[in-house]
Amino acid sequence: MKGTVKMSELVIKNLAASIDDREILKDVSLTVKGGEIHALMGPNGAGKSTLGYVLMGHPNYKVTGGSIKLNGVELINKTPEERARAGLFLAFQNPVTVQGVKLSTFIRTAYNQMHPGEKIPIQQFYDSMKQHMKKVGLDESFISRSINDGFSGGERKRFEILQMVMLKPKIVVLDEIDSGLDVDALKMVAEEIREFHNEETGFLIITHYQRILKDIEPEFVHVLMDGKMARDGNRDLSLRIEEEGYDWIRGV
Amino acid sequence: MEIDFKRDEEMEKLVQDLKSVKRSEFEFHDANKPVYSTGKGLTRETVEEISEIKKEPDWMRRLRLKALEIFMSKPVPTWGPDLSGIDWENTSYYNRPGESKTNNWEEVPDEIKETFQKLGVPEMEQKFLAGSVAQYDSEGVYHNLKKVWEDKGVVFMDLDSAVQKYPDLVKDYYCRAVPVTDNKFAALNGAVWSGGSFLYVPKGVQIDMPLQTYFRMNGEATGQFEHTIVVADEGSKVHYIEGCTAPRYDKNSLHSAIVEIYVKRNAKARYTSVQNWSKSVYNMPTKRAWVDENAQMEWVGGSLGSKITMLYPSSYLRGPYASASNLNIALAGAGTFKDTGAKALHLAPHTTSRIVAKSISIEDGKAIYRGLLRMNKGAVHSKSKVQCDALLINDESSSFTYPHDEIYEPTATFSHEASVGRIGTEELTYLRSRGLSEDEASSMIVLGFLDDVMKEIPMEFAVEMNRLIKLEMGKLGAVG
Ligand SMILES: Nc1ncnc2c1ncn2[C@@H]1O[C@H](COP(=O)(O)OP(=O)(O)OP(=O)(O)O)[C@@H](O)[C@H]1O
Ligand SMILES: [Mg+2]
Repeated sequence: MKGTVKMSELVIKNLAASIDDREILKDVSLTVKGGEIHALMGPNGAGKSTLGYVLMGHPNYKVTGGSIKLNGVELINKTPEERARAGLFLAFQNPVTVQGVKLSTFIRTAYNQMHPGEKIPIQQFYDSMKQHMKKVGLDESFISRSINDGFSGGERKRFEILQMVMLKPKIVVLDEIDSGLDVDALKMVAEEIREFHNEETGFLIITHYQRILKDIEPEFVHVLMDGKMARDGNRDLSLRIEEEGYDWIRGV
Repeated sequence: MEIDFKRDEEMEKLVQDLKSVKRSEFEFHDANKPVYSTGKGLTRETVEEISEIKKEPDWMRRLRLKALEIFMSKPVPTWGPDLSGIDWENTSYYNRPGESKTNNWEEVPDEIKETFQKLGVPEMEQKFLAGSVAQYDSEGVYHNLKKVWEDKGVVFMDLDSAVQKYPDLVKDYYCRAVPVTDNKFAALNGAVWSGGSFLYVPKGVQIDMPLQTYFRMNGEATGQFEHTIVVADEGSKVHYIEGCTAPRYDKNSLHSAIVEIYVKRNAKARYTSVQNWSKSVYNMPTKRAWVDENAQMEWVGGSLGSKITMLYPSSYLRGPYASASNLNIALAGAGTFKDTGAKALHLAPHTTSRIVAKSISIEDGKAIYRGLLRMNKGAVHSKSKVQCDALLINDESSSFTYPHDEIYEPTATFSHEASVGRIGTEELTYLRSRGLSEDEASSMIVLGFLDDVMKEIPMEFAVEMNRLIKLEMGKLGAVG
């Protein structure tokens, strides 16, 4: 596909999903196209992270209705690795520790999976990785540490962003990437996202706060409540939520 | 902080390499029928018959019969895994695959040759071995030793041949370190042993390439009872490797070997074994080394497959400054029970031992570390270090550690370290969400877990081990 810019498109239609027979997502529809930035907001427990997991194909969740299409291909019966290879990326709200797996080997193996046939020499790959580590504020020594092993909350978030820029996905879901980051880190991370953002890549940014949306301006803002898409709008919607909370949408 | 590119690339390759390997590569079984079998069950007649077929000297026949009595008198041990599934009556204790032994590969019967070819044995010999022995069911079918070593007085052949050719040498070592009274399975081996290797390295001879024996157990409901003796005479150096495989059957098979290693003054011996038994095998070997003054013994073991394995290689540190190291990797896949560990007995001053045991349990696999550390009174300033790491993949698997210390010497020092890590659905999903397949994700986790020991073990072993782990992982199926 080199040379031609291929625009990606993620289309979620009437998605419903449950965990342990408890329905969490009831009716979610949303389209994210390459180049677009969407923000997803909503009160605690609304199902935002669940949406992220379901998009990624987490085996604990069961899809009970609707569809998820990436560039016209249905993802619902695909494994997480197939979704990743198709260009989907989720930055986890709470990334887990994986002992014994070194960052360096992990990212490179993942890259080779997502971009088969693209043989980047190992030295060149690591040079680029080191540059990005600097940009997200992770010391070089992290390169030989195990995944998230002993990382602070903020370091875990930085590492998620590092993976995003290194793996070059097409549709990116960032689940509360801004929580747990200090002011400087937030700036660095926002800068990396802005730099990475291009007309090919679409973003869905899950957040509770305005801060990150000031740096990365979303064109679309959605509100998820009780597993349903309750409102679609633009920046103004997020500003009003910051001022007034969610009660007015609930109609209380 | 510099990155070790070479290791990283190696690791990457290891992870990628083996995607195509299927377990069926090992689990095939050949149509080959034994030309002779003592049939099912074990009596005095069976033992007499084995000895008769082998045209053994009388001393060996008498030792066999004595061992049989001990075997009959000892109860099945109940302190460990449940052994009630061993079908003593329906096991056949001796199966002869062909008529003759040879040192010419071409003369090995076709089906047997094919089996070893599939397992990659002849290539191994050409590439990096000083000599090799191949055993099929109960008998050695092939042995070869490069001429340079033969000329230096090295002896390497199956034990049966050695009994005929070098009876006095064999007598000096046979069942010295492991007396048949040691345990029920050692006694059984003493009664019906067949095959195994005899390796003698004369004083001062240092062999730089390893010598290998390959054991293949083919028959269903059979027993394999090889007896291996390695003697590293004073100042010598040797590396002996063993590989074992068996096809998959529904009926249980029994493997009960004896391995005796004698490391004399200033000598150095390394014993590496990669055991990959199918899920129907009870694996009960007794392995022991006598380590004399200033001598070094190294055990490197990888234990995969089998239904139940009970294995505790022991080092008797008999002379001052003797040392032993024991690196063991046990993989307990679904339906497997690994009760493994190591024993170090410090019987002389200034002796040292180091034990590193790594276990990986998958699905309902169970891994136990059972160890013994003894410091006798007078073993002044002896030292020991024991490290046990367990990795649990999935939530059903389990692991336990039972170290046992007997310290009678106040100046001796020792330490124990243990760690347990668990990998569940969340961890695997995280790696998979970055494009790694379930297999790759598990392999990466396992290789990462083994990283610190992989650096210490021979390269060919690391490659083989990784290949086998990969196979085991390939069968993981749906995790989570
Ligand atoms: N394993 C589970 N069993 C039962 N309920 C669960 C499970 N996992 C999540 N839930 C529930 O699903 C609902 C949605 O959770 P989710 O994490 O998606 O919310 P969220 O919108 O991301 O909230 P937050 O803003 O706090 O991150 C919550 O009520 C949560 O308790
Ligand atoms: Mg959440």
